[in-house]
Amino acid sequence: MNFTINGQPHQVDPDIRTSVLDLLREHLGLTGSKKGCDHGQCGACTVLINGRRINSCLTLAVMHQDDEIVTVEGLGSIGNLHPMQAAFVAHDGFQCGYCTPGQICSAVGMLDEAGRGWPSHVTADLRHAELTDAEISERMSGNICRCSAYPNIVDAIREVAGEVE
Amino acid sequence: MSDSANNDKLMLTMDKPHPSSLLDTGVQGVIGKPLARVDGPKKVTGAATYAAEYQFDNLAHGVLVGSTIGKGRVVSIDADAVRAIPGVIDVITDFERFIRNSQQGGKTDAPAQGVRDVAYFGQIIAIVIAESFEVARDAALRLPVAYEREEGVFEFSMQLERDYDLPPNNTPAHAEQGDLENAMREAAVTVDSTYTTPSQNSAAMEPHASIATWKDGALTLYGSYQMPTSDAKQLAKALGVAADTVRIISRYVGGGFGSKLGIAPESVAAAIAAKRLGRPVKAVMSRPQVFEATVRRSNTSQRMRLAATAEGKITGIGHETTASNLEGENFFEPAGISTHFLYVGEHRLISHDLVRMNWGLSGSMRAPGEAVGLLGLECAMDELAYALQMDPIALRRLNEPERDPEKNVPFSSRSLMQTLDEGANRFGWDKRHAKPGTQREGEWLIGMGVAAAARSNLLMESSAKVSIHPDSSVTVSSAMTDIGTGSYTILTQVAAEVLGVPMEQVKMELGDTSDVPAAGSGGSWGAASSGSAVYLACEKLRAELAKALGVDGDALTLMDGMASANGESKPIGKLVGDGIEAVGTIKPGKQEKEFTQASYGAHFAEVAVNAVTGETRVRRMLGVFAAGRILNEKTARSQCLGGMTFGIGSALTEDLIHDTNTGKVVNHDLAEYHVAVNADVPQLEVIFLPERDVHANPIHAKGIGELGVCGAGAAIANAVYNATGIRVRDFPMTLDKLLDQLPVM
Repeated sequence: MNFTINGQPHQVDPDIRTSVLDLLREHLGLTGSKKGCDHGQCGACTVLINGRRINSCLTLAVMHQDDEIVTVEGLGSIGNLHPMQAAFVAHDGFQCGYCTPGQICSAVGMLDEAGRGWPSHVTADLRHAELTDAEISERMSGNICRCSAYPNIVDAIREVAGEVE
Repeated sequence: MSDSANNDKLMLTMDKPHPSSLLDTGVQGVIGKPLARVDGPKKVTGAATYAAEYQFDNLAHGVLVGSTIGKGRVVSIDADAVRAIPGVIDVITDFERFIRNSQQGGKTDAPAQGVRDVAYFGQIIAIVIAESFEVARDAALRLPVAYEREEGVFEFSMQLERDYDLPPNNTPAHAEQGDLENAMREAAVTVDSTYTTPSQNSAAMEPHASIATWKDGALTLYGSYQMPTSDAKQLAKALGVAADTVRIISRYVGGGFGSKLGIAPESVAAAIAAKRLGRPVKAVMSRPQVFEATVRRSNTSQRMRLAATAEGKITGIGHETTASNLEGENFFEPAGISTHFLYVGEHRLISHDLVRMNWGLSGSMRAPGEAVGLLGLECAMDELAYALQMDPIALRRLNEPERDPEKNVPFSSRSLMQTLDEGANRFGWDKRHAKPGTQREGEWLIGMGVAAAARSNLLMESSAKVSIHPDSSVTVSSAMTDIGTGSYTILTQVAAEVLGVPMEQVKMELGDTSDVPAAGSGGSWGAASSGSAVYLACEKLRAELAKALGVDGDALTLMDGMASANGESKPIGKLVGDGIEAVGTIKPGKQEKEFTQASYGAHFAEVAVNAVTGETRVRRMLGVFAAGRILNEKTARSQCLGGMTFGIGSALTEDLIHDTNTGKVVNHDLAEYHVAVNADVPQLEVIFLPERDVHANPIHAKGIGELGVCGAGAAIANAVYNATGIRVRDFPMTLDKLLDQLPVM
């Protein structure tokens, strides 16, 4: 099978039971994406597939022929951080760091969704989804952080969202 | 102070106060600053390597098998039934050496071993090894195991026989002073309430994981552990090998909160399997296994009694806790730990007993004792304030002790009232409606609550080695860990401040037992213990630099990598020849007996309770804390945010539920065990009051990692009462416990 991962072509022959997460971590050595629950409950495994955020533990590799997968390693690197990565460092949007790659990929995907005007559960006016703190919190609630950096995560995302606007 | 200074060692036992600190005279200007984490760039790019992420050729994948009965015996495991599955390598168990449960933190012996007898549902009994994770998981699910079931104790009940004969656990199991019964009889106002708290799970985001590799009879285990120094000893004992043949590497730990203090079952299983197969074995617990087979915070039942005069002066305090644990395990949840010293009262009874049950091991989870004990004590104080028709802060002021009310020794530092007063001002406490249920916004009932925070301060023996290289760079190495607490960053700051070098010039090497031993991360002792060890090593090196420059230490200024004295200035690297190094070691001493040491704070919460659905939302929360020197305002604040959020979870949602027929944890995942998510947490505010504690350690810092959870849930519970007039004494305060008592719309 063929995948494009972080811009690089990859040819892999995965077990039909292999999740995208295990493909990344166990077969390709891309351990930036984390396994927190393997049940789609915590969000630590969030990556971007064809630009949209997805729990990579809940989707099988065999479902993604020719898809473009971006992981936290593909967003930026030490010395050349993505603005979201830099904002997480500046605002201390993490502690142990284990949920962090998922939070960052999720935040990048979420800002794209918000930019397209997609509403959320807390959107009062479906025609204008303004990215308030409540909106950010709601849209990021699929990513659990047991260290509970939530207020700092919201600060980091708000800053990046402001720059995007 | 009883220092012993050898050539390259400096050891300090805290027998006397340490009034001066080089952190106050340093001019590098990094200590205390809200600096970003030095390990941040690695963590946000996925470059930080956690236990299960080390790469090995020939790595075999292990999946653990848990028992599907709650009490009984394994009769047989039919390994042949799965060996034929392509890719399966072997099914491995060791009925003698596999560990029944995790070990408690800091112990140096093996935990309970032997897994033929099943003591709780989910106990790890075997590991299936295969060439891939998918195959191992499939075979583990299909592995036939025959059991003999026995009757177990699966439901907590105060009617069950209780174990009264327990050793101390940071606090005596039983302590009595005066005559509480009589004080209750004679008091003008009393409270006598029983609070219950459920079992909880640390639920760190990284599941427990180990990769075991053997070479020449020595084991290297890449594990997710908080205290590698003692964990390596536990592991060696469990395996029956010499302590110096076991090395644990825990460079990054994806959260611990107590659950990774001692070794967990996956470590021994991986080590035994790797030895038998002659290749590296990786074993990662599934999320349900983390809930079932690591460690839980015990449920508690706490009878709170307060006796007071008509003016509100407390004459008697009773805090009687019953918790649960496995047969043979002596850890009890020390819920009364801060009740010993928080308030005055001549007549006191603080006790802890255990009910023996077939639920998974109970042990330390963030702030063992205070986290649930202050739910009891601080809600009872709120009850007393209402009974007296008194402001809860005024009640605490009236009952503020000048000395430890039991030990009759001074407090090392105590800013409880200052934190309450500062918090009251900032939070707008004067706008609180004292009468419950009188503030309303539409269908929401609004209330405010307050609670004190207290967490005993601990110092643990810890060492660190610091080296200065000819290029003026500095290396700090120690078996210390950073579990998200900020160790990498604050230890860098301590070294940079004392040696006067820029942060970027300090290299950190943590989490490896081949370096000097350390206290590890737990009990909020990490920064103070490990930071003091780094401080002492640097103090020794500073003296060496002064000597090399031919001046007294007092005359030496260290800044930006330059050593200056008497108008002369040299790069420190030019003063060290081929390089110098020193090991610093801190040890607890008489100061912890001669002074009661604790961190303090105040929590303020504003909640909205929906009058129709009973849903509680935390709208605002403020924590004001005083914990000695704050080493890094940014990472310290984050620790407090995390603690306060644990408080939200314990007050409103977290409840580990055991099936009453089998003891199985029925909500053994993150969908059903409800930790707070982003939308549950408002923008929390954290304030630190300046404080120094010269009795605690040479860096004058006290613990901060657990203080944030202590009392946080009580402030929310008291706010719910203020909003609704409903006193829920059974945590968590889920909406069903409010619904039938809510006022009619």
